[in-house]
Amino acid sequence: MKTVVGKVVVLGYQGVGKTSTVIRYVENTFTKQIAPTVGASFFTRKIRVEDTVVTLQIWDTAGQERFKAMAPMFYRNANAALLIFDITSKTSFESMKGWVQELKGNVEEPMVLVVVGNKIDLAAKREVSRDEALQYSKSIGASYLECSAMTDQCTLADKICAEIVLLLFQGVGVIFDKIAIGLLSLSGQNVAHTLKVYDNEIMAPSSELEATDTANEETVNISIKSIAHGRSVGWKCC
Amino acid sequence: MSSNVELEPGVTPESGLVTTDSFDNLGQMGSSLEEIKSASAVSQSQESNESNSHYDEFDESPNCMETTAKEDADLEEYKEWANKKNHVFVLSLAGKPIYSRHGNEDKLAWLFGVMQTLVSFVQSNDDCITSIQAGDTVFIFLVKRPLIMVAVSKTQDCIYQLISQLNYVFNQITSMLTLTRLNRIYEQRQNYDLRRLLSGVERLIDHLLDFSEMEPSFFLGAVQCLSLATSIRDSISSTIVSACSKIKNLVFAILLADNKLITLVRMKKYYLHPADLHLIFNLVQASESLKNSESWTPLCLPHFDPSGFLYGHVSYLSEDCQACLLLLTVERDIFFTLSEAKQRIVEKLRRGNCLQAINESLNAKEDTCANAGFTELRHYLYKCKSTAQFYQPSLSPPYVLSKQRLIDLYKRAYQRLHCTTRPLKLLFERSSDEVILAWDTKGFELYIIFEPLIDTTSAISLVTKLLNWIKKKEERLFHLTSPTFLK
Repeated sequence: MKTVVGKVVVLGYQGVGKTSTVIRYVENTFTKQIAPTVGASFFTRKIRVEDTVVTLQIWDTAGQERFKAMAPMFYRNANAALLIFDITSKTSFESMKGWVQELKGNVEEPMVLVVVGNKIDLAAKREVSRDEALQYSKSIGASYLECSAMTDQCTLADKICAEIVLLLFQGVGVIFDKIAIGLLSLSGQNVAHTLKVYDNEIMAPSSELEATDTANEETVNISIKSIAHGRSVGWKCC
Repeated sequence: MSSNVELEPGVTPESGLVTTDSFDNLGQMGSSLEEIKSASAVSQSQESNESNSHYDEFDESPNCMETTAKEDADLEEYKEWANKKNHVFVLSLAGKPIYSRHGNEDKLAWLFGVMQTLVSFVQSNDDCITSIQAGDTVFIFLVKRPLIMVAVSKTQDCIYQLISQLNYVFNQITSMLTLTRLNRIYEQRQNYDLRRLLSGVERLIDHLLDFSEMEPSFFLGAVQCLSLATSIRDSISSTIVSACSKIKNLVFAILLADNKLITLVRMKKYYLHPADLHLIFNLVQASESLKNSESWTPLCLPHFDPSGFLYGHVSYLSEDCQACLLLLTVERDIFFTLSEAKQRIVEKLRRGNCLQAINESLNAKEDTCANAGFTELRHYLYKCKSTAQFYQPSLSPPYVLSKQRLIDLYKRAYQRLHCTTRPLKLLFERSSDEVILAWDTKGFELYIIFEPLIDTTSAISLVTKLLNWIKKKEERLFHLTSPTFLK
C-alpha cells in the first residue's frame, strides 16, 4: 500500500482554538479552559484515502507572540498548513493573513493550505463573515471550512450541481481529511520534494525527518500560484 | 544534642543540584549555554539571527482608564480587591503595568504610576527603596532592571520571603523571554507594553505565587524526591543515560511526578539550581496541555544561563504512568532524536517494571508521622543542605485542613533561623497549639512540630530517633547519586 507522510503545521493567533481543534480530532475531547501551548506540540495521525495511507505529522504551534521566532522551525519543510482563526475576532483573521504572508515569503515548496474559522458555536458574535473568509481563502488557493471544536461540528461550502451548498459535518476530522486528500494530490503531482512517498507501508525512521530544522532561513519569494490548492480528490460528501 | 550532628541523613559527596544559598544572583552561572555549544564545536552562527528579527515591530496598546458610571459596582470590586492579603505587581521602569496578581492591570494604571514614582523618587537620591511599613501592611520593592516588582502583604510573611517570591516572579518572566531579550526590548523602547509578549504567562505567575505560598520547597530552596528503592531509581537513571548516550548536547534529563523529583541526569560539569527546578515544576503543573502530547518547548533557566533558551522535549511517560520527562538540550532541531530516545526509555522502563514502581510509590503516599511510629510528632521538614533535597511526611490532623497554618509556622521558624541580624542555631517554641523545634546545623536543617504537651527531654530524644529513622531510609527518600550523561 502506498504511504504518504506529510508535515502539517497549525498556525494562528493566540486563543483561536488551534490546540482545541487538534485535541478534538486526535482525542475527541474538549476542555473549555485549556492552557496555552508552550512552544509546540507534536501529534501523528494516519488517514486512509482510497488505497493510500496518509500520515499527518501535526505540529500544533503556540499562538503567543513571544513564540513567533520559533515558528520557522515548524513551517519549514511543511507540506500543509492549517490556518485557524476565530470567527468572533477580526484581529485573529488579520493575524492569520499575516501567517499566510510569512509562509509565502519563506516556504519554497508547494503547500496544501486549509483555512479554518473556528468557534461557529458563537455565531451570534461573528465578526468575520463567511463570504469574506471564503473569498480570501480562494484568493490564496486554500480550502475554507468553518468548525466548532467545542461542538465538534464542521461546515463546508461546496458546489453541487452549480449551486453553492453549505454542508454540515459531524466531527472536525473533515478538516484533516481535507488536508490528507490535498497531500495525496500533491504527491501525485510530484512537485513537493519534502513530501515523503513510500510504496509500501514500511515507514522511514522519524529521525530522517527534519521537522524542526531551521538552519537556513530561506527568503525566496514565490508567487501565489505555486501554492498548491487544497482541492479535493475523490471526495465523498454526505 | 550536639552528638547528633554527625548523623546527616541524605548526605552524598556529589549532587546534581546547586546548593549555594545565593538564590538571587543571576550573573553567577553566566554563560553555560555558550560553553556547551562551543565545546561541541557545532557552528551555530545562524542561531541568533532569528531571535533578532522580531523586535522591530513594537507597538503600544493604549492604557485605557475606564471611567464608567457603574461606580457602585466598581467600589464593591475595589473593596474586594483591596482586601486581598497578598498583592504582587510587576511594572516596567517607565511605570507600564505588566502584571497584577489580583484585579485588572489597566484599571490599576494609577497605582502603577504611584509605585513607579516612589521608586524613581528614591532613585533620584542615588538610593534604592526596599520596603515601606504602614501599620500591618508591608510594601516590598524589588528593582531588577528592566523591571520593578512590588509585593504588598498583610500577612506576617517576613520580608525575606516576599523578596524571594518577587525574585521568582522575575525569574518566571525571564524564563519565558530570556534576560537578554528582556533587556533588549527595553533598550529599544522604554515604553514597551510587555504584556503583549507575556500573554499566557500570567497563568504561570499566578500558579507560581500560589505554589510558592503553599510549598515548603520554595522557602527551603530544596526539592522533594519521590520515594523509590535505590535499585529502581538507579535503573531509571541508567536507562536514561544509555538511551541518550549518543545524543550530543543534551544538558539535563529530568523525570518528575506529583511535584517530586524522580531523577535528574546532567551533563558533566553542569548543575541545576533548585530555583530553576522549581520553575520547571511550576511549568509542568500549570500546563495541563503537556499531558496530551509531546511538546517542544523553549525554556530559559535563569540560574543556569539567563541569556538563552534550552529546548525541551516534554512528555508524560505513558497514559498509565503520569511521570513527566523533560529532555533539555541546547540544540533546537533534535526533537525527533529526543522523541525516539523517549520511546526507548519508556520501553525499557516498562520492561524493567520501573513504571509500575513509580505508580506504586505515587499511589502509596508518604508515611504520616504516626505511621512511622512517631506519635508525638505531627509533622516535620528535613532538609539536607549538601544535596538541596528535603523530606516531609504526609500531612496528618490537625493540619490536613489547615495546611496554610502549618506552612506559616514553618516559614516563621525558617525566618527565625535565617534572619540576617540575629540568626539562631536552635529554636524551641511552645504555644498552646503546638511545639515547634527548628535546628540548623552544618549539614542539615530540621523543623519539627510536636504535640503541645511534650517535654524538652523527650523532644530531644525524639529528634535523635527521627534522624536515625531518616538515616535508615535515606536511600529511598533521597536521590543520592548524581548521574551524568556519558561523554
